[in-house]
Amino acid sequence: MALSSHRALTHLRRLTPLRRISTDSTISIETSIPFTGHNIDPPSRNLTTSPSELMTFFHDMALMRRMEIAADSLYKAKLIRGFCHLYDGQEAVAIGMEAAITKKDCIITAYRDHCIYLARGGTLIGAFAELMGRKEGCSKGKGGSMHFYLKEKGFYGGHGIVGAQVPLGIGLSFAQKYEKDGSVSFALYGDGAANQGQLFEALNMAALWDLPAILVCENNHYGMGTAEWRAAKSPSYYKRGDYVPGLKVDGMDAFAVKQACAFAKEHVLKNGPIVSILPYFSYTTVSFSYHGSLCVRLWFMVELPFTKI
Amino acid sequence: MAAIVQAIGPPTSLSQPNSTKFHLFSRRSLSERKGSIFVGRSDGKVINGLSLHSARGEKLVSHAVEAKQDNAAATSKAGHELLLFEALQEGLEEEMERDPRVCVMGEDVGHYGGSYKVTKGLAPKYGDLRVLDTPIAENSFTGMGIGAAMTGLRPIIEGMNMGFLLLAFNQISNNCGMLHYTSGGQFKIPVVIRGPGGVGRQLGAEHSQRLESYFQSIPGIQMVACSTPYNAKGLMKAAIRSDNPVILFEHVLLYNLKEKIPDEEYICNLEEAEMVRPGEHVTILTYSRMRYHVMQAAKTLVNKGYDPEVIDIRSLKPFDLYTIGNSVKKTHRVLIVEECMRTGGIGASLTAAITENFNDYLDAPIVCLSSQDVPTPYAGTLENWTVVQPAQIVTAVEQLCM
Repeated sequence: MALSSHRALTHLRRLTPLRRISTDSTISIETSIPFTGHNIDPPSRNLTTSPSELMTFFHDMALMRRMEIAADSLYKAKLIRGFCHLYDGQEAVAIGMEAAITKKDCIITAYRDHCIYLARGGTLIGAFAELMGRKEGCSKGKGGSMHFYLKEKGFYGGHGIVGAQVPLGIGLSFAQKYEKDGSVSFALYGDGAANQGQLFEALNMAALWDLPAILVCENNHYGMGTAEWRAAKSPSYYKRGDYVPGLKVDGMDAFAVKQACAFAKEHVLKNGPIVSILPYFSYTTVSFSYHGSLCVRLWFMVELPFTKI
Repeated sequence: MAAIVQAIGPPTSLSQPNSTKFHLFSRRSLSERKGSIFVGRSDGKVINGLSLHSARGEKLVSHAVEAKQDNAAATSKAGHELLLFEALQEGLEEEMERDPRVCVMGEDVGHYGGSYKVTKGLAPKYGDLRVLDTPIAENSFTGMGIGAAMTGLRPIIEGMNMGFLLLAFNQISNNCGMLHYTSGGQFKIPVVIRGPGGVGRQLGAEHSQRLESYFQSIPGIQMVACSTPYNAKGLMKAAIRSDNPVILFEHVLLYNLKEKIPDEEYICNLEEAEMVRPGEHVTILTYSRMRYHVMQAAKTLVNKGYDPEVIDIRSLKPFDLYTIGNSVKKTHRVLIVEECMRTGGIGASLTAAITENFNDYLDAPIVCLSSQDVPTPYAGTLENWTVVQPAQIVTAVEQLCM
């Protein structure tokens, strides 16, 4: 892992000062694997990007990765106490999602929130100060690792009890429908929380009232310490919505995530205020997981987000 | 330090507190006052016991019935009479009219008009989104209300029966109560969680729960209990306007109480207790339905010569220790009458709070009358036995003042 991040940094050093990146050229790319849809036609695999976007993605993902590794070291040095759930390996999800939406759209997640906070516009000082319990932290040191929030940029946390953030996310989309401001809410949860009853309650209500909500399952194949196959009868989380359309996305590919989120936002808002707006359910595969107290690590998957970029 | 020293014979007055003398008179006997005794007070005044009693005689009888609120009577002679649920509806409608961000969500609140008719007529007027009929999913629609409040809406979440909100305990405790703190003040959660609770008429154990005892420990929330149409409307409006999460406890049996309330707009202070009946001998602290049992007992007590001071505490969290403290300093005896269970109820917390703050003013241990620590039975006779009855209140006051 140290090798890949070193390689990433040298890449960065080599590219930025020596050669100016042309910002006007467009690059056509194809996502690594096609999307799979449930009750919906999936979006196209082809999308365009630009060198500057590629660089931004790379820079931000590298920043997130370094932040999480530093947090890991601080945790081991007992400067961060309690819980520390790291997002290294999942950066593509945060980056891809942020690229597809605006600050008026809301994101809410459970406790693996450091990088999403950063992606939404949080600062490194805000993140580290919060992790170490300082008052310059984003929650004034009162929340800790699991309670990062950034209200003005549309990041609603940061929640300790898994699954509880999904009804909150439906509430955010309810408010968006109430205020009619054309924005959507992304409620992120893990494959462990996918088995929570309140998720299905929330999904039922969102479908009933056509709320502009997108439920995103970040699947790392572990719920706390238990493997997915031992906890879930059906691991096809994108199909669990039944009457609600679902989309399976490769979470290691930032552009696939970006394409899927843009498609989801458009789909959820497209049908206009009178006709029903369908809530959405998508499933992203994230193959790397680091649990603070469990240390499950699939190192060979770490390189993939970077090498794809 | 105030102490009333009773002695047969020449008046005595305590010029300064004397701890040894204090211990000798651990229980003051009010029956002695009926004889020719003199009452000495720590401020040096001496009152002839007989004249005290007889002079008060007329005043006591006139206070036998519940005194109307002074402010209610003073502000308008006109007013309109309505039932408690109509008062709640009026308060709700006025706030919805005033602020477009106020919305209601709960089971049967919309088209059905509310299981206790509190939201009757609101859905046709404000639409299905503002008065939202939810499926039976307390955990998630409470969470939904809290999520909406994070963005600035002001939802009122109705639990059809307070007992159902146990399913939403996680959302109420972790998200509603704590989000303001854990986000470092970024989010305000201006929700009102309301619903009927308490023991009804043979509703069974699961529909007769008193949730105030479970919710009182949650940091970050405020709890109020209404008991009359006047304070129901006032507390509803205040709770909606408050930026804090407020849980408003209503009672199933009080919805059809009738009272005249002012025509003009008013709100009640969320943290204030209500002086129902001023008195001198004992402070009776109560809330919600037990207020009426206490007032019924007060009639009997007055006829027996006692002068209870009845306070409806209204604010269950935080307690109005200012009003309560002033009363304790005056009467030196406290009786708490509540509908909560004995263990871990509001009475238990109130006893602790009064003992911590006003122990020196107490002439007797605080007596707390609560419901029995049993599931509420279905059979009517058994149900009545689990709840505090007026006769028990009378007996308790007599023993306390002995």
